[in-house]
Amino acid sequence: MTDGTQTGEVLTRTQQFESICKILEEFEYREEKLIPILQRIQDVYHYLPKEIIEFVANSIKIPASRIYGVATFYSHFTLEPKGKHLIRCCNGTACHVKQSIPIINAIRKKLNMQEGKNTSDDLLFSIEIVSCLGACGLAPVVVIDGEVHGQMSPAKVEALLDKILKKEAGNE
Amino acid sequence: MSDGIITINGKQIPINGERSILELAKKAGIDIPTFCNHADLSVYGACRLCLVDIDGRIVTSCTTKPQDGMKVLTNTDEIRKLRKVALELILADHNKSCPTCDKNNTCELQKLTRVIGVENVRFKPTRKPRPIDNSSDSLTRDPSKCVLCGNCVRACNEVQGIGVLDFAKRGSNAYVTPCLDKPLSEVDCVLCGRCAAVCPTGAILPKNEIEKVMAALNDPTKKTVVHMAPAVRVSLGEAFGEEPGEVLTNKIAACLRMLGFDLVFDTSFSADLTIVEEATEFVNRVIKGEKLPQFTSCCPAWVRYVELFYPDLKDNLSSCRSPMQMFGGVIKDALPGELGVDKKDIFNVAIMPCTAKKHEAALERFTHDGIRDTDVVLTTQELAQMIEGAGINFKKVAPDKFDKPFGDFSGGGVIFGVTGGVTEAALRFAVEKLTGEKLQNSDFVEVRGQEGIRTAQYTVAGKTIRLALVSGLANAKKVCDEIRAGKCNYDLIEVMACPGGCINGAGQIRNTDFDYRQKRSAGIYNNDKSMELRNSQDNPDIKACYEKFLGEIGGEKAHHLLHTYYHSQPTSTSSVDIFNTGKKEGKVSVKVSLAGRTKEETNLLSEVLNFIDSEKLQDKVYVEGTFFLPKWEEGVNAEVNGITLSKADINAVKDAIKKAI
Repeated sequence: MTDGTQTGEVLTRTQQFESICKILEEFEYREEKLIPILQRIQDVYHYLPKEIIEFVANSIKIPASRIYGVATFYSHFTLEPKGKHLIRCCNGTACHVKQSIPIINAIRKKLNMQEGKNTSDDLLFSIEIVSCLGACGLAPVVVIDGEVHGQMSPAKVEALLDKILKKEAGNE
Repeated sequence: MSDGIITINGKQIPINGERSILELAKKAGIDIPTFCNHADLSVYGACRLCLVDIDGRIVTSCTTKPQDGMKVLTNTDEIRKLRKVALELILADHNKSCPTCDKNNTCELQKLTRVIGVENVRFKPTRKPRPIDNSSDSLTRDPSKCVLCGNCVRACNEVQGIGVLDFAKRGSNAYVTPCLDKPLSEVDCVLCGRCAAVCPTGAILPKNEIEKVMAALNDPTKKTVVHMAPAVRVSLGEAFGEEPGEVLTNKIAACLRMLGFDLVFDTSFSADLTIVEEATEFVNRVIKGEKLPQFTSCCPAWVRYVELFYPDLKDNLSSCRSPMQMFGGVIKDALPGELGVDKKDIFNVAIMPCTAKKHEAALERFTHDGIRDTDVVLTTQELAQMIEGAGINFKKVAPDKFDKPFGDFSGGGVIFGVTGGVTEAALRFAVEKLTGEKLQNSDFVEVRGQEGIRTAQYTVAGKTIRLALVSGLANAKKVCDEIRAGKCNYDLIEVMACPGGCINGAGQIRNTDFDYRQKRSAGIYNNDKSMELRNSQDNPDIKACYEKFLGEIGGEKAHHLLHTYYHSQPTSTSSVDIFNTGKKEGKVSVKVSLAGRTKEETNLLSEVLNFIDSEKLQDKVYVEGTFFLPKWEEGVNAEVNGITLSKADINAVKDAIKKAI
């Protein structure tokens, strides 16, 4: 990805808008490219803001309701704001057997996210429980900002989060 | 020419180009149960109720083309069992409050439950309740009654080309909704009601306003006036077992009187008035060669469509009000003096085949000093309900006449109810006007028909008049795009939002026959043919109305009461507002046009944003991109605090922002 849309990077609102325009141009404003367009936009914002849904609808001249339909059909898309750092915890069969639940609970406790809440109030972290990441040999697996961490334990994952929190505190 | 023979339940039936076995069977008098099959819509195959047995295979009859030699069984024990289960599953998640539903007795789901014979529903509902949407002037949406057949979604997309409704989510969580779950009043709905017209259940219904009318009828201080639209006369009878197309004008007049209305009129009278004004306007535009093509303006869904989606073409609309609003203007102006009552005590009710009319009547431009020209619009369906509710036995009602001073109407007024009718009535007037000779033949059959886009051409007094007759807004979109591209040379374009015109309006009695539209249309034309008075301009009450109340045709008073103006308005999604922090109030407002959808526009917007960022003006300036900027077509591309900038570059915008701060 060359338009500065990698997870974790923070763009200004202006840069975000410029990225969206670039994405639309790249896909030539074509209706049949809607899904890749939405995927790339989600990379920019980490979610699909409703204003952007309407902007895309107007730009490629299709009804906004259709984009809403597509965006709510695929679980890959989200209309809720996501945190800067995305934590994906595997709870597939192998990871589950290897005690993934205590890991998930530890993350939730550490980041103060109750059950049912998937983004921290400071918008720093989002958690996603997924059903298999295809790395069962490394179970239990946690992926943070695209980086795979195998054979996790509550203590190990807490250490990883501490590292990110420390870095973020330094940024302030 | 037959395409072969098919056997349905042992009966041999010739194939004549039918789309599906379902359609063929229906024509042959065998009804196969279905929700999602509709003559106006694409084939979908969602509801799984139209299953049939073809040579031992079970298939959906709506998606299967009839082929020579097929042996079809529609009612075997196996099929009956399959249908029963499918229907039982649909019913499990349906809000079964049937007796209190407006669709009671006209509901397809109710009917199919009866004919298929589901005795009980063994499954529990799983669907999450969603709120009723009562926000629009015309329609009520109750998602708890939706069976997900998708008819409304296809009607809005395919017939009207708008796409207000679509499915959201999937599987057992799927539901039908406008974008972002917004209410109908906050999206670009034109209120045409095609969704309600094709909905098999009570999930989308015309808004019921009977109680408002009952209150007025029971209020001794109110003088109640009612008029009914041309299309109502060929549909209302269907609610009482009559055939579609049966002309019941005077019977309906009698019913309206029995309901207690003080004065009973026919909207065909004001349709005649519309012709006199609109055709005069057309003749003037042709002579001057300006604002052509002229668009008709009687269909409120079409008018709203132009205002929303083709604001640059709004001057092409005839400035004439619709017949309903002309009548409203005249009734509220002329009747107080005639009857010796206060204007505020006149209660004007219009019986319309249409849901968009409810919205039209509520528009600010038709309210003067807090008094609406049309107080309430009732659909044909609501009138049928009122007649039944009052215990009137429709079959036994003796015909009655309409009241003076607006009691006469011509065939020209009556044909307003069908696509091509407004144009034909206008031709009857315009040809006489342009040639200066009495019209010999009132029939202009070339403009008639059911196709969604038709064209015709007449040479009158050496002038060629090119006409387009359009029904369905998806078709209107094609024509509007041609005009924008400069590829269109029509002089008059008639548009009705509903396929076939008002006879097929969303307020009409719901009919699922394959030929009801043709029958209603034929009814209107037969009615016209049988009338002594064919041409609007010959209507004696029209002449008297001008003499007594209106003055000259197109004159000042006529203009005030019979004409209107249009607003181009932004669509619900036209503003892109994601760049700002904090509130808009107290900041310099900057709008950058995106209406042309060009790279230059998005570049200008990001240059403005970069300028705001680098100068740290976020607390002082509020930036929006907009797909709707008035006078965009004249070169306006930005606006700073309400001041428009034409063909502005970044420096011009910067200067304007600096000045404004």
